[in-house]
Amino acid sequence: MESSFLGQILDILKRYWPSLALGIQNTLIISLSGTLIGLCIGLIVGGIRAIRLDYTASPAAVFGKKVLDRLGKIYIDVFRGTPMMVQAVFLYYALLNVVHWNKLTAAIFVISVNTGAYMAEIIRSGIQAVDIGQTEASRSLGMSNIQTMMNVVLPQAVRNAFPAIGNEFIVNIKDSSVLMIISIADLMFQAKSIAGSTFQFTATYGITAAIYFILTSIASLILNSIERKMNASSTSFPQSDTDPSNMVLATENAGEEHYE
Amino acid sequence: MSEAVVEIHDLHKSFGSLEVLKGIDFSVAPGEVVCLIGSSGSGKSTLLRCINLLEKPDKGVIRVFGEDILSIRNVDRYRANVGMCFQQFNLFKNMNVLKNCMIAQEKVLKRSSKEAEEKAMFFLKKVGMEAFANADPSRISGGQKQRVAIARALCMDPDLMLFDEPTSALDPEMVKEVLEVMKQLAVDGLTMIVVTHEMGFARQAADRVVFMDKGVIEEEGSPEEIFTNPKSARTREFLQHFIND
Repeated sequence: MESSFLGQILDILKRYWPSLALGIQNTLIISLSGTLIGLCIGLIVGGIRAIRLDYTASPAAVFGKKVLDRLGKIYIDVFRGTPMMVQAVFLYYALLNVVHWNKLTAAIFVISVNTGAYMAEIIRSGIQAVDIGQTEASRSLGMSNIQTMMNVVLPQAVRNAFPAIGNEFIVNIKDSSVLMIISIADLMFQAKSIAGSTFQFTATYGITAAIYFILTSIASLILNSIERKMNASSTSFPQSDTDPSNMVLATENAGEEHYE
Repeated sequence: MSEAVVEIHDLHKSFGSLEVLKGIDFSVAPGEVVCLIGSSGSGKSTLLRCINLLEKPDKGVIRVFGEDILSIRNVDRYRANVGMCFQQFNLFKNMNVLKNCMIAQEKVLKRSSKEAEEKAMFFLKKVGMEAFANADPSRISGGQKQRVAIARALCMDPDLMLFDEPTSALDPEMVKEVLEVMKQLAVDGLTMIVVTHEMGFARQAADRVVFMDKGVIEEEGSPEEIFTNPKSARTREFLQHFIND
């Protein structure tokens, strides 16, 4: 049965749209929840790593911070330094007998901890971009390290880092495709089964690529409009607080007193 | 005998190999307004930041309200009682003007949001910024920002206020509005330590002027003594630059 390439595509779409739809649904569930949970992990890990204890901190706090910093560093290095596909198979089988999880849970877990490692660094650099004067003002009013972080620094850091955070979502839409290694029925997995039964590899994967492209394009449009809204609500005047003398202050203090 | 608000003895502070404070002895009486003057790098800002514990002195004693602040455990409670205004204002960029004045009241003093708001509005009114309560800090001028920063500090009911060059980042026409607010505070009897280059303000509002040079207190006295009849040659030389003030 000879048919045109376009004919093949239409035929596949007609016959297999329910399984493609399921694939899209799973891909979106995995990438969206992975990004959100990863963001939460990143806020905690990155937030702790970015806290600078000054000399007024108790020895217990200094010790605890050292331990947490070390653990955070190991977590970030391991998850950024190994492929997510390998993390997926390893964690899925290693924990299967312990937690008896289903594949969707496993997939969300893997993508979350993987994203968390990247988010931690995004949040940390977002925090470091917040002017040290904000922290000093907050501390001078008597707010503690944690109150300062939660109320003053993190909200600004998240806003600064929003483009990078959004980018993680787009990356996750695409990279969640490697999770098919644990047979989660995401878009890529469905495509593979369709291709396997129709033997029309080019058409099937062409459709798959197009769907991924549409998904990431829509996500990117949504993220851009959120970003525009955030920026519209607070436009900096030329006389904003960021002037060169602040930067001098920040670098002067960088090496002093603060434990990083 | 009324106890000094701030008592500093033999204070030393170095940044790396640079010795910024070389043995400062200094005290402030209740209700006194002290202006610290001197050229850049003379250590006046560092002295102020040590009083607030933003910098840790290497050696020396600082007593505030009779308490040795270098050995206290609850630094946050101490800091809540000492207001500080910065050269760069440092208003919280993620909050409007009102919220800037409320947040520490709620988080540190555990005031209800109603109580915090009343207090905030009271002091915003005092600095003439009540009409901007809902404004975003990026939308107001430098002078207005500094007035809000002053109100924010006053909301904590501090017994001592520290000003670190509060007008140095302002356009000349905005300096006045900030200084007017500070003069009013001085009249109200608030104890204030002000690092400033505004000799006019020092002359009018200060009870005492302290001239610092190269990490030591070169000379101190009433504004009258310092400005009209300085004893030290270095003081005289420094004040030459402000002859037109």
